[in-house]
Amino acid sequence: MQTAHGIGDPLAAVWGVGVRFPNDVEALRDVDCTLRTGELVALVGPSGCGKSTLLRVLAGLAQPTTGTVEIAGRPPAEARREAAPIGIVFQQPTLLAWRTVARNTVLPLELAGVAGATRDADARALLEAVGLAEFADAYPHQLSGGMRMRVAVARALVHRPALLLMDEPFAALDELTRETLQEELLALRARHGFTTLFVTHNVFEAVFLADRVLVMTPRPGRVVGEVAVPFGRTRDAELRADPAFAQLAGQVARRLREAQA
Amino acid sequence: MRAAPLAVFALILLAWHAAVVAFGIPPYLLPGPATVGAEAWAHLGELVRASAVTGAAALLGFLLSLGGGVLIAFAFAQSRVIARSLWPYAVFLQTVPIVAIAPLIVIWSGPGFRSVVLVTWLVGVFPIVTSGTAGLTAVEPELLELFRVHNASRWQTLWNLRLPNAVPHLMAGAQASGGLSVVGAIAGEVFAGYGSSARGLGYLILLTSGQLKTAYLFAAVLACTLLGLIAFGTLTAVGHAIGSRWRDPA
Repeated sequence: MQTAHGIGDPLAAVWGVGVRFPNDVEALRDVDCTLRTGELVALVGPSGCGKSTLLRVLAGLAQPTTGTVEIAGRPPAEARREAAPIGIVFQQPTLLAWRTVARNTVLPLELAGVAGATRDADARALLEAVGLAEFADAYPHQLSGGMRMRVAVARALVHRPALLLMDEPFAALDELTRETLQEELLALRARHGFTTLFVTHNVFEAVFLADRVLVMTPRPGRVVGEVAVPFGRTRDAELRADPAFAQLAGQVARRLREAQA
Repeated sequence: MRAAPLAVFALILLAWHAAVVAFGIPPYLLPGPATVGAEAWAHLGELVRASAVTGAAALLGFLLSLGGGVLIAFAFAQSRVIARSLWPYAVFLQTVPIVAIAPLIVIWSGPGFRSVVLVTWLVGVFPIVTSGTAGLTAVEPELLELFRVHNASRWQTLWNLRLPNAVPHLMAGAQASGGLSVVGAIAGEVFAGYGSSARGLGYLILLTSGQLKTAYLFAAVLACTLLGLIAFGTLTAVGHAIGSRWRDPA
């Protein structure tokens, strides 16, 4: 059930999650957080603080040592099979070099056993949405870094996931491309209404994209602060020039410094 | 710059010819290039027939190496336990000299085409196994995670990720294996032969060296080299055609 703001019931929740690796490194300690349906939450923290580990726990790729993780009321590995499909974007585009753009985009549907005609139409629609329709038959090595990342985003959304997990997806791109992709992500989210966890170490990126920003400490990572971003859902490039934007980014940066102290 | 290797070839022929004439080397020790050419021309039919026989054995052995090697690589890539327990035997097969094994194969399998192909397979399979195993296991961890997030089955991951990821590795392995297959077929023929029904290049080499027909022997060796070059050239061209699609985006 969604409220008037489009923010609904909790989709994913993490209670008291700790992760300790076999080499005895403690990545996360006692992390609580909730992602409500339709919301975009940014997770900021110093590098190596366990942000990615938390994302991987939500994806069902890493097992928490302590605590509970639920997506749509089930463990992630179970939820992503039925109730809540997951899309994931890493820092690198991680495209299959031997597949064309169209065949890369269609991969999640192929793996889910969706029939050929439907999946090709879905892939085409998403490629159009990220402005790559005319590159459908190109191979990844023929594209620029920004275009490859657009393919990765299209691939992560093609199966209409309930939860989109993004692990510093734009960190390796140049400033201009990064800002364009941020705006495109907001447009996609307005159209498709997926829930997003967006990991970044860039406070401007976090504030521009997110409804809420969670601040993490260095390892073992804990969520120690939350900053609400009151700019509504329709944001454009103009927001970056807004003094309120800079002020909020400054506030998040301060919280981040405090967390490191 | 394509002409450069040909120029070197011409220089070598000239030096060879000059040395044979200048030092008066008898033709049963070292025939001049002209003598070898004349001998090759005189026995052209026999040389072509022998090359075809050897080529067929090498090709079949190579294809079996490719198929068998990929299957073995699959098994190795499936579990570390399998790979660890079988690896020493694969290395053993590779390091034991083929001249020591070939007579055994003739004892077990009898002289003839089958034994020649078997020797070829033993020589050619190892590069496919190593390159295949490397290609199937050296997959970017994030790609494996992507497949897990999309609930891919083991089979889907193998077919859509591990196998295509192994293709460039396998192409490199196939190039090595193709060259070795020609060597293996010739070695197999030296030991196993085909009886009186057919004569391969290995048999020709054995025959001509026994009778001190050194110029003919040179011609046969030349045919072996040509066969190896054809194998290498073909596989390089195929590798190039496939490689253009497999280029890494990074």
